[in-house]
Amino acid sequence: MSTTTTAVLVPLLPFLGAAAGLLLGRRAPGAVRPLAVLPTLAAAVLAVVVAWQQGGEKPLDASTRLTPTGSVPIDLALHLDGFAVLVAVLVGIVATCVQLYSTAYLRDDPRYPSYAALVSLFTSAMLLVVYSGDLMVLLVGWEVMGICSYFLVGHYWETRAARSASLKAFLVTKLGDVPFLIGVFALAADAGTFRINGILTTAVSGGIEHPTLVALLLLAGVAGKSAQFPLHTWLPDAMAGPTPVSALIHAATMVAAGVYLIARLLPVFAASAAALVVMAVMAAVTMAGSALAALAQDDIKRVLAYSTVGQLGYMTGALAVGDRGAAVFHLISHGAFKALLFLGAGVIIHAAGTNSLAAMSRMNHLAKRVPDAYWTMTVGLLALAAIPPFSGFFSKEAVLGAAEHATTGDAHGIPAAAGWIVLVAGLLTALLTAGYATRLWLLAFHGKGAEAAGHGREPLAMNAVLWVLFLPTAALGLAAWKLPDWFDGGSLTPTLTTSVLSTGLALAGVIVMYAAWRRTAAYAARTPLGAVAADPGAAPYVSEEETIATHEAAYGGIAGAPDPADPGRLLLGPLHRHAVGGFHLDAVYSVLFVRPTRAAARLARFLDREVVEAYVRGAGGAPRLLGAAVRRAQTGNVQTYLSALLAGSVVLAVAAVLVATGA
Amino acid sequence: MHLVYAAVLAALLFCVGLYGVLARRNAILVLMSVELMLNAVNLNLVAFDVWLRDTLHAGQALTLFTIAIAAAEIGIGLAIVLQVYRNRGTADVDRLRDLGEDAHRPDPDRADREEKAEAAA
Amino acid sequence: MTGTTVLAANAPGFLSPSGVEIAFLLVGIATLGAAVVTVTTKQLVHAALWLVMALGGLAVEYLLLTAEFIAWVQVLIYVGSVVVLLLFGLMLTKAPIGRSPDADSANRWPALGVAVAAAAALVWVVVDAFRTTWIDLRGAPQGSTKVSGEILFRHWVLPFEALSVLLLAALVGAIVLSRRKKEER
Repeated sequence: MSTTTTAVLVPLLPFLGAAAGLLLGRRAPGAVRPLAVLPTLAAAVLAVVVAWQQGGEKPLDASTRLTPTGSVPIDLALHLDGFAVLVAVLVGIVATCVQLYSTAYLRDDPRYPSYAALVSLFTSAMLLVVYSGDLMVLLVGWEVMGICSYFLVGHYWETRAARSASLKAFLVTKLGDVPFLIGVFALAADAGTFRINGILTTAVSGGIEHPTLVALLLLAGVAGKSAQFPLHTWLPDAMAGPTPVSALIHAATMVAAGVYLIARLLPVFAASAAALVVMAVMAAVTMAGSALAALAQDDIKRVLAYSTVGQLGYMTGALAVGDRGAAVFHLISHGAFKALLFLGAGVIIHAAGTNSLAAMSRMNHLAKRVPDAYWTMTVGLLALAAIPPFSGFFSKEAVLGAAEHATTGDAHGIPAAAGWIVLVAGLLTALLTAGYATRLWLLAFHGKGAEAAGHGREPLAMNAVLWVLFLPTAALGLAAWKLPDWFDGGSLTPTLTTSVLSTGLALAGVIVMYAAWRRTAAYAARTPLGAVAADPGAAPYVSEEETIATHEAAYGGIAGAPDPADPGRLLLGPLHRHAVGGFHLDAVYSVLFVRPTRAAARLARFLDREVVEAYVRGAGGAPRLLGAAVRRAQTGNVQTYLSALLAGSVVLAVAAVLVATGA
Repeated sequence: MHLVYAAVLAALLFCVGLYGVLARRNAILVLMSVELMLNAVNLNLVAFDVWLRDTLHAGQALTLFTIAIAAAEIGIGLAIVLQVYRNRGTADVDRLRDLGEDAHRPDPDRADREEKAEAAA
Repeated sequence: MTGTTVLAANAPGFLSPSGVEIAFLLVGIATLGAAVVTVTTKQLVHAALWLVMALGGLAVEYLLLTAEFIAWVQVLIYVGSVVVLLLFGLMLTKAPIGRSPDADSANRWPALGVAVAAAAALVWVVVDAFRTTWIDLRGAPQGSTKVSGEILFRHWVLPFEALSVLLLAALVGAIVLSRRKKEER
């Protein structure tokens, strides 16, 4: 089997699995689980095979003309380079883990067949994005992911939060997709092709007329998909979906698509220094802001969601300083440890019966109840906080190293300002990241108070998956010496200055947070707080659905909790109030978009009801009035009828005479 | 003699009859007015017959026929009026409103009319 | 009027042509007046009697137009039988003797409007059409009994017989309609 055939099979298998799952889901319930897991697993294996065969050599291109459009042709093209094959491996592995995990997590869910099919379809779309060599085909996968995320985030559609979150995810990403589409057309118009290779050749030779404009348009779509400021607001809310979905969509695949796209089209962005600076600023604001917001969140998954936003900011930052190797390296390692963290969080939510950190901090021995999740998540959080020697350290060092490289002005065509912005923000974020990772660890696993409600042992599938993901989380850092062969060849190994600086800052963050926790932990016993959903016999998803539905009622908000024992509250001080709500960005959106849209809708409704419908009503009302008037004439009095008849006859006779005489 | 005299007289008589048909309440008076209208037509027929000196005297023959038909009409008409009076207790044309849309609605006169009908029967 | 005097000079009739004309006008006015009273009087029985006068006036007009036979038939049929029938009808429907204030219906004013409009239109058209037309009443009477009988039984026999069938049908119909049903008794 040639590499190309194998590569075609990789996105195709999950797609077929999704189609079969949707078709057979109701008729053959026994076939749903194999249909969900096996195609994804096969795709993951094939992705590894493709990566092995490609082996970081010259990019492999294959294409067939899909539609002769008359102007710019659309090709069904594969483009397999080091980035594509490695990201595909990540997607395949994470998707397989998620599918396995879901079999246990959504064990008794009546909607499991459609859920599993949508996850497969989602995986297939992401793999299509990764392998595609044609922007139009890539866009197909891009949009399929958008609609799948809408369905999956809204899986618990009985709860209000999930409904609004799915709508928000869809609308916000679409808000970015419109400029993105325009940007793609502008690119294709300049390059005369949708093929990425052709576009890159044009970009390098300076054939793009308005590089800044095109880059900014594309950046809007990427910001929507990859949850970058200012279009990141959908991602924390999307935590209302099931935990495996969060792990799949919001850690490793969908949000990675935006970063991956910039990595593929980096020469287009590099053609404009302004776009790079904008990207750097965007990354810096995203990183720092999301880290601050993560410190204030009460929902364990929202903490992870904001950390995802921040880590994506690192990737964008790496791209802003022109190092896509570092960006994709961080993408891969982050995909591994964030999937681990999300899946671990699912285990914790099930065991604790709540998603609230405030409630967990009032539970004894939660760590002992879920030892697998405890150990793997500890490592995952260390990786997130970039403590050596775990994978997050190396990939983040690659990013910071690239930024530092850019500050010296050595990098060709990269403004030093972008380097400085990314470097400073990256270092600040390293401190904050370590802080919130420590906070999560301390609050979740080191609570004091009543015993946690019993939920029995966690299913094997869920725990096993955690250990599978533990391996890359712990060891992927070693790839830093190997990966440059697969990527552009730039060094990804840590540099001394940034390593010392960022590790020092991370340790400082850990220590400060620990000290704050020691001070506040005592308050926990004094202020009882928390609500626990106990369903010992039910599948894990039931607890999660209940806790999502009740969080607002129990804690006064979807994001925060009035917990004086929260060290984040102590450290953030007056900033805490704003950080909980994501710095009121939703309010800004409400003013900028929601209210004008509503006003326009009201105007349209008014026009429809009062203006358009007035004609309709008039068309109905005039004949009715006429009918009423004519009906009044129907008195039943024969003499009246006869009078009218004869009067008419006289009029007609006179008219006839007048006409006859020509008067 | 001026033909206009006869023609105008016929026209005016016809219109007087017309008024009577439209304005009279009692059905028998309406029948009288119809007689007036028929006679106006007869006058016209005779006048024009005389003026044209028709060898067949179609006008006069038609007048005779009209008179016969009018006699038949008055006979049938009176029979109908009697029957209506017997059934409804009234021969007033404007009370016979069964053709009207709201004829089914109970109206105040109806009760005593029915009483009258019973008394007449 | 000069034409009339010329014509009147060699008139053989009982009344000179101008005399005929004057008599026609006077009788016509009387007839019209009687007709108007017939349709406006509040006393129902008087209406029938005024109708007699109007119909009789018309009979005189027929005579003046030299249609003798028609005139006598008019007197016999109308004055003699129709009006008697109508009077019987009034009696059988218990029409009030004396003034009845509701002899006219509410439709009176529209009726007047329609009638006046119709009269105006008809008179206008008739006058406009026959302004200069004259009837020559000289010579043999146009409608003597002999003439009428000849044309009636020579040229109009078939319609005459058909009419007798019609009259028979009307007779049967009137009897059927006015007969009381058994169960009503």
